[in-house]
This record gives sequence, C-alpha cells and structure tokens, in this order.
Amino acid sequence: MLSLPVFLIASLIKTVLVLVILLTAVAYTVWLERKVVGHMQNRWGPTRVGPFGLLQPLADGAKFLLKEDLTPPHVYKPLFIAAPMIAVVCALSSIAVVPFGTSLPIFGYNIPMQITDVNTGLLVILGITSVGVYGVALAGWSSNSKYSLLGGLRASAQMVSYEICLGLSLVGVLIVSGSFSLSEIVKAQGGHFWGFLPKWNILYGGQFIAFFIYLMAAYAETNRIPFDLPEAETELVAGYHTEYSAMKFAMFFMAEYANMITVACLATLLFLGGWHGPVFGPALLQALLPTFWFVAKVFVFLFIYIWVRGTLPRFRYDQLMAFGWKFLFPLAIANLVVTALIVAYRA
Amino acid sequence: MLHLVLFLVFGAICVAGAINLLAQTHPISSALSLVVVMASLAVEYLLLGAEFVAVVQVIVYAGAVMVLFVFVIMLLNAGEEERTKGSRVAMILGVPGVLAGGLLVAWALLKRSETGSVALGSLPGYPKTIGNLLFHDFLLPFEVTSILVLIAIMGAVVLASRPEAQTPPPGEES
Amino acid sequence: MVPVSYYLILSGILFACGVIGFLIKRNIITIFMSIELMLNGVNLAFVAFAAQWQHLSGQVFVFFVMVVAAAEAAVGLAIIIAVYRTRETLNVDQVNLLKL
Repeated sequence: MLSLPVFLIASLIKTVLVLVILLTAVAYTVWLERKVVGHMQNRWGPTRVGPFGLLQPLADGAKFLLKEDLTPPHVYKPLFIAAPMIAVVCALSSIAVVPFGTSLPIFGYNIPMQITDVNTGLLVILGITSVGVYGVALAGWSSNSKYSLLGGLRASAQMVSYEICLGLSLVGVLIVSGSFSLSEIVKAQGGHFWGFLPKWNILYGGQFIAFFIYLMAAYAETNRIPFDLPEAETELVAGYHTEYSAMKFAMFFMAEYANMITVACLATLLFLGGWHGPVFGPALLQALLPTFWFVAKVFVFLFIYIWVRGTLPRFRYDQLMAFGWKFLFPLAIANLVVTALIVAYRA
Repeated sequence: MLHLVLFLVFGAICVAGAINLLAQTHPISSALSLVVVMASLAVEYLLLGAEFVAVVQVIVYAGAVMVLFVFVIMLLNAGEEERTKGSRVAMILGVPGVLAGGLLVAWALLKRSETGSVALGSLPGYPKTIGNLLFHDFLLPFEVTSILVLIAIMGAVVLASRPEAQTPPPGEES
Repeated sequence: MVPVSYYLILSGILFACGVIGFLIKRNIITIFMSIELMLNGVNLAFVAFAAQWQHLSGQVFVFFVMVVAAAEAAVGLAIIIAVYRTRETLNVDQVNLLKL
C-alpha cells in the first residue's frame, strides 16, 4: 500500500496523463472514423491537412474554438449552457476506474495503472452513464424548439431503455467473475485453457451472448448507427444539438466519442480479457506490454464500431424501442438465468 | 476530523438543495436541485461505509426516477411559473408547525448523548454481504417487491395510455 | 468520529423540507418531488442507524424503500399525466371539482 502523499501525487499525475491521452484519443477517433468510412465508401477521407490528414483534428479544434458561439434568444439559458457540460463531464469521468495494465514499478513504488480501484467499479460506470442522460434530455428541452425537444426525448428514452439491457448483460460477467471491482474481473481472466486459448470471458466464461447484447446496447447508448435516429440529419435536423454551435457543439461531439471509447474500454475489460496478452522481454517492457494489448483490443472494438457505422442503415424509432424491449431484454434475462444455473452447477 | 468536514460540506449541499427545491418556481429547477440532494446523499452514504447503497442511489434514484420526473416535466411542458394562491391555512399553520417539530426533535437528539458516534466507513456494506442478507433473511419482502413492481408497471401503462377514440360504427351515418 | 445524532438531524432537516414543500407548493409535480425528498431523508436515517448498531439490515431496508419509491413515482406520474390530459392544468388548486 502506498503512503498518502505518494498516493496523491501519483493519482494527480495519472489523472492528468489519462485526461490528456483520452482527449487526444477522442480527437483521433474522429480522424479514424472519417478515414475508415471514407475508404469504405471508396473515397479518401481527409488527406490535405498534414500527412494522411493527421492534423485534421487540430484544424477541427481550431475551427470550433474560433467559430461564433451563438446562443439563440428563446432558449432557457442556464440549462442550455449546463447541458453540454454535464454530457462532457459524465463522458470523461468513467475512465477513472478503468485499469490499463498491471502495476508499474517506478522509483521503487508499485503504482497501479488505474486511477482508483473501488470495490464497486462496474456500478460506478453504470451510474455515470445513467447521469449522462441528463445532458441529452436537458439539451433537448432547453433549446425550446420542436426538433430539439423530440430529438432529446427520443434520445433519452432510447438511452434509458438500453441501459437496462447493458446492465443485465454485465450481470452475467459478474456472476462468472464474482466481483464488482474491475481489476478483479480482469485478473480472473488470466491464464489459458485447452493449451492455448485464453480464459477470456467471451470464450471460457461463456458470455458470447452477453457480448452480443452488450455490443448492441452500447451502440444504442452512444447513439451510433444503427441506433442514431435521434441525431440523424435527415430525420430531426440533428435532434437535440440542433441549436448548439461552436464550442458547445464540440462538447457534445467530444462526449459522444468519449462515450464510445469508454464503452470500448469496458468491453475489453469485461469480455476480451483486459490487459492480458503475451508478455516477454525485460522488466520495463513487461510492465508496458499489458497496456499495449489493452490499447490494441480497444482499437479493434472501435474499428468494429466504425465498420458498423459505415455499413448498416438506421432503425426507425419504434423498431428501435421494440428491439430493445422485446428482444434484447428477454435475451439478457435468459442469459443471466443460464449463466447463474451453470455457475451454481459447477460450484 | 476529515469525516466531520466531509459530512458538514455534503450536508450543507443537501440542505441547500432542499431549500432550493422549495424556493424555485419552475419545476425543472426543483427537479435538478433534487438530483443534487440525491447525489450528495450518496456521498453521505459512502461516508457511513454503505458503498453499494450509495451507488444504487445514484443509478436508481438520481439516474432513473429523477429522469422520469424530468421527462414528465418536459412532456407536459406546462411548467410555467406557478402561482401561489392556494390555502393560506396550510402555510400559516403548517410551516411553523413543522419547523417547531423539527427543532424539538433536534434539541432532543442533541441533548441525549446515548446515541454513539460512527467512524468513517464504519459499516462496510459490501455487495456480497448485502446480497446474502437480501436473498436469505429478506427473501419474502424481495419477492413481494417484485410483484409490487409488476403491478406498478401495469398500472402506469394503463393510466398513461391515451383513451381510445370512439368511432361510430359504419352504416349508421346515413 | 461523527455522532449519529448529526446524521439524524440532517435526515430530519430533509424530511422537514419535504413536508414544507408538500404543504406550500401548488404544482403537482413539485409536491411529488417533496415526497421523494421525504423518502430520501428517511433512507439516510436508516443507513445511519445501521452504522450505529453495526447491523446491515438497515442498508437492505433502504433498497426496499427505493423500490417502493420508484414504483410510486412511476404510478404517480402516470396519474399526473392523466390528470393533465383532462384538466389541462398542473395547479392543485384548480383540480377541485369532482366533475369538470
């Protein structure tokens, strides 16, 4: 256990580092999406700003900062300004309980690669996601326009419905791992079975149906295609962020991509074995390789996200809600019951 | 010391939120102050060691029940500022009465020092132990609440559905 | 070490604010929110006593209070929607006739 001053300094450095890396990752996820979707649609994507368009996020950031920040006269000002802040804060906070790797031996201390390790880490992430619905609902309402209100209501109803399926799919993982703490869940997925197959929850824990449910619930939670009707331009003129411009719109944008990254991190932790992977080499490399495997798995998940976005059409709203309540919810409960029975039988 | 400071800070936020709920005229501001109260109450539960209850408070109360309230306020959209022209008796008798009762209870509590003190995180409410209690000692109330929730769902769906429009049967129009 | 009476006083203050809100507010939804505030105050008292007597039943009971509060909120808000549809108002003083 670390002493209090060491813990505080280490946590401060970790927080700053993780925030900087997360914000850069958000910006470059946007770049990745534009390039990948562009190549899928047989065009180049951004190429002009810097080599392979790599400086495009910087140009976008400059654009958002320098654009005129317009507040329409008919909005309910306090909530209009607070709603994107709520969305961004909730999107960036969940990363605090995510373990990026094993502990790092620096200056004789063993610093865990996780900002906080709470006993109920999984529930903390679910709670922050639940509070994030306020950003969307209040944005839609405070804009005082019918497209925004409809978009906000639809988006928040969708998020609340799929949160339930998300939570239920995670309960299967909980039963198999036996703990709410994220680092414990990752540690329980170490080792191999049948010689070479890793003991990830999706394979050995038998949670492949739960992974499937989690995937779809995650797409609906983050309002991405195929579930992005509330913010589709042909339907609702950009839904709940119609009246937002410049920096506030950029905050919603960042919140959406930060949510994507959080959901991808959670999927790798719970289903794909977290930071487990082949480790070799000298001691420093051994401490850093788990983080590399973690980032690689998150990248694969994000790529699947973007791939689905480039491929599928979007659901109509009643189809979306029917899918969530009438198909995913019973399937999640069935998965829970079967997992519980198997674990009880094995014990 | 740290416990006392944290308790006072978050207790002050709770009370400020509660008074703001009373003072605001627009229901949406009252709803958001209630969310602030619930969040600071979650911190108070953490101070008492009830980590599972604290997180469930955020997920269920602040994240689901209050979202429902905000939905209804947004949907009905009749949230113009309310006019207080109701019963004066309730205000004249009720408010001082409640305050007097509250002060009496506070004085009685502070005078008797038989209720002890609690340390920071004194009763760790691990999910495992709470789960054990819930499914062993409290199994009957648990099952009964599941039926309660089912009835509530059915009731809410029936009460909030639009009444069916009565169309005259064809052939009686001529 | 914070005395349990401090927690109980905080719980009492929240409960009193809930009762006052119930008495003086005229908007149905705000009255409903005062009820939720009362329930929250009671929850705090339960958890404080659980910590004092070192018995986890207090925390388990908080769950039941939360479930009942959620069910009551759902049904109550459905009733409010039904009342709004027929009376076109959310002011309790104007919902004072049995027949419109």
